[in-house]
Amino acid sequence: MAVQTQQKNLEGYVGFASLPNQVYRKSVKRGFEFTLMVVGESGLGKSTLINSLFLTDLYSGEYPGPSHRIKKTVQVEQSKVLIKEGGVQLLLTIVDTPGFGDAVDNSNCWQPIIDHIDSKFEDYLNSESRVNRRQMPDSRIHCCLYFIAPSGHGLKPLDIEFMKRLHEKVNVIPLIAKADTLTPEECQQFKKQIMREIQEHKIKIYEFPETDDEEENRLVKKIKDKLPLAVVGSNTIIEVNSKRVRGRQYPWGVAEVENGDHCDFTILRDMLIRTHMQDLKDVTNNVHYENYRSRKLAAVTYNGVDNNRAKGQLSTKSPMAQMEEERREHVTKMKKMEMEMEQVFEMKVKEKVQKLKDSEAELQRRHEQMKKNLEAQHRELEEKRRVFEDERANWETQQRLEQQKVEASRTLEKNKKKGKIF
Amino acid sequence: MTVLRCFNTSLSISCAHRSGGGSTLLGYIGIDTIIEQMRKKTMKAGFDFNIMVVGNSGLGKSTLVNTLFKSQVSRRSAGWARDEKIPKTIEIKAVSHVLEEGGVKMKLTVVDTPGFGDQINNDNCWEPISKYINEQYEKFLKEEVNITRKKRIPDTRVHCCIYFITPTGHSLRSLDIEFMKRLSHSVNIIPVIAKSDTMTIEERLEFKQRVRKELEMGGIEVYPQKEFDEDMEDKSDNDKIREAMPFAVVGSDKEYQVNGKRVLGRKTAWGIVEVENPNHCEFAQLRDFLIRSHLQDLKEVTHNIHYETYRAKRLNENGGLHPITCNDTQESNL
Repeated sequence: MAVQTQQKNLEGYVGFASLPNQVYRKSVKRGFEFTLMVVGESGLGKSTLINSLFLTDLYSGEYPGPSHRIKKTVQVEQSKVLIKEGGVQLLLTIVDTPGFGDAVDNSNCWQPIIDHIDSKFEDYLNSESRVNRRQMPDSRIHCCLYFIAPSGHGLKPLDIEFMKRLHEKVNVIPLIAKADTLTPEECQQFKKQIMREIQEHKIKIYEFPETDDEEENRLVKKIKDKLPLAVVGSNTIIEVNSKRVRGRQYPWGVAEVENGDHCDFTILRDMLIRTHMQDLKDVTNNVHYENYRSRKLAAVTYNGVDNNRAKGQLSTKSPMAQMEEERREHVTKMKKMEMEMEQVFEMKVKEKVQKLKDSEAELQRRHEQMKKNLEAQHRELEEKRRVFEDERANWETQQRLEQQKVEASRTLEKNKKKGKIF
Repeated sequence: MTVLRCFNTSLSISCAHRSGGGSTLLGYIGIDTIIEQMRKKTMKAGFDFNIMVVGNSGLGKSTLVNTLFKSQVSRRSAGWARDEKIPKTIEIKAVSHVLEEGGVKMKLTVVDTPGFGDQINNDNCWEPISKYINEQYEKFLKEEVNITRKKRIPDTRVHCCIYFITPTGHSLRSLDIEFMKRLSHSVNIIPVIAKSDTMTIEERLEFKQRVRKELEMGGIEVYPQKEFDEDMEDKSDNDKIREAMPFAVVGSDKEYQVNGKRVLGRKTAWGIVEVENPNHCEFAQLRDFLIRSHLQDLKEVTHNIHYETYRAKRLNENGGLHPITCNDTQESNL
């Protein structure tokens, strides 16, 4: 039964209008995360554009960007930087793809990138399904800037292939790189051509949301007319009319990066950072991630076989069932451990008992041995004593005999003496 | 008294005579009018020049050729829609025009290669081009070997191949190196940096240095080849050119007003790139090099060296001439 919600008017000031402030304070304390991926052939100015967007030298002399390192295969590299502005922290992760489109044979050069995006979604899915999810680091790719070479004709087959494969997995924002190559008319034609081809191939690039605000809608419409954005990147400061601007110095003039007539850099920056960063994250979370998740879960339940277990990951079921299962698993594990431990304990006890018995027997034996020895000695001694006694007796008798003899001789002598006198 | 006299003929035509230990001339004979006679003949006959442009689509090849010959000679202008799709396989399209200047007629053929390097898998994309070049040599060889030869064999051999390098600012792409390695021995390759208004002057110098180093490391000999320098004068001229190569060019067929002059250029929001201004790009250098000083040399190197290499290879291959060259000529093994 649905609960009916009625709108009631307040008669006094309650104070929940400060909720946004509370949310704001909490978010500021927590800090924000944003992951940006840049894809494009080498030499299109990706690293320079990143440096210009965030006004930091992410790739500088000591840490040269992927452009300075020749890559034989497509790789995916991440660099993290923590920037602070006005008390707000932003953990910015830039995912770069050196080697994309640079080989002679570029078939499947998008595969490492797709794998990387999927693995980030996988990580997030796993951390969401865990029992303890106090920390859920969000490393999903929120936005992919795709750099189109300024040929002036249209999209290359590689561009079309790549965007077709990635538009369902990540927010793709196509950009025209090195736009100072094109004159304004060429740029217009090029943009029209690209948009036509994008529609023809049914590529879904990132769409700016419609809002209720009229003012914002107008801005959004202006941006939409200028898609794809033609950008120029630079971090070198040049003096133009006694003003210091970022730009590129040519013999025929200075192409200013932040000048709206020269290129669409300011629009990109405002859109990416100032107005639509949160929306990009939301779309990633609500659309791309949910797509991935439903595809993953559907695959599992359809097959009945949990392919993922083979890879050593947690199963993908509803959270409650997941928890139940986990608990059961845990309990069985505990029981098993207990049994095992008991077994081990018994075994140990038996061993000890055995050992003790052995030592007891040993001791007993020794005791016996010693007793025997002692008895033997005792007997020996007895023997000796007897012998000695015998000897003594003999000696004594002998002594007595001697004594007697002496007595007898003495008496004889006495008698003699006595006899003589008479 | 023998006086050593070197005639100052800078004509590299094979029938020019150089006197080593000459004899003193007692009067004016008129030998030096041979130059004038040759000039007249050449003017009447006219000559052919075939140039091939290779590079990814969108690098301004057609525009550059139009700018070089100051007329709409490229395939683009010969009635081809501007936003035609990139072809799935590489095609070779040749368009011929006859240009006339100062009484001299030139039959210019521009060979274009749309679809080069544009696919996802670009393996062997140089093969159709290599085949085309060899086919032209074959045609010429067949004509040459005929018993009844034409007076002037139509020359469709590619005299010069301009290779367009993408201005990434970093280094040559693997496709560039592969292509140039394989073709530098069958045709004169002149690499140019396309759309060089992408780069600032410092970036351009760095990029050129890196490209030169990579060409050296890969053992790629681009025109003018070091081994074909005939004497010190040639060598010093060519060395200067080799130092400046690859030329960073910008092409345009539109004219704008700059300082009261009408110049060819590209108009951007921050200035006008003048095509013929040596401070802006090296188009003028390329044009002078290609047309005004080395045009004949290009043809000669193609004829004397690349064609001869091909010919020797072919004649040695089957122990004689291929039976297809009709009229039962059996030339002995050379």
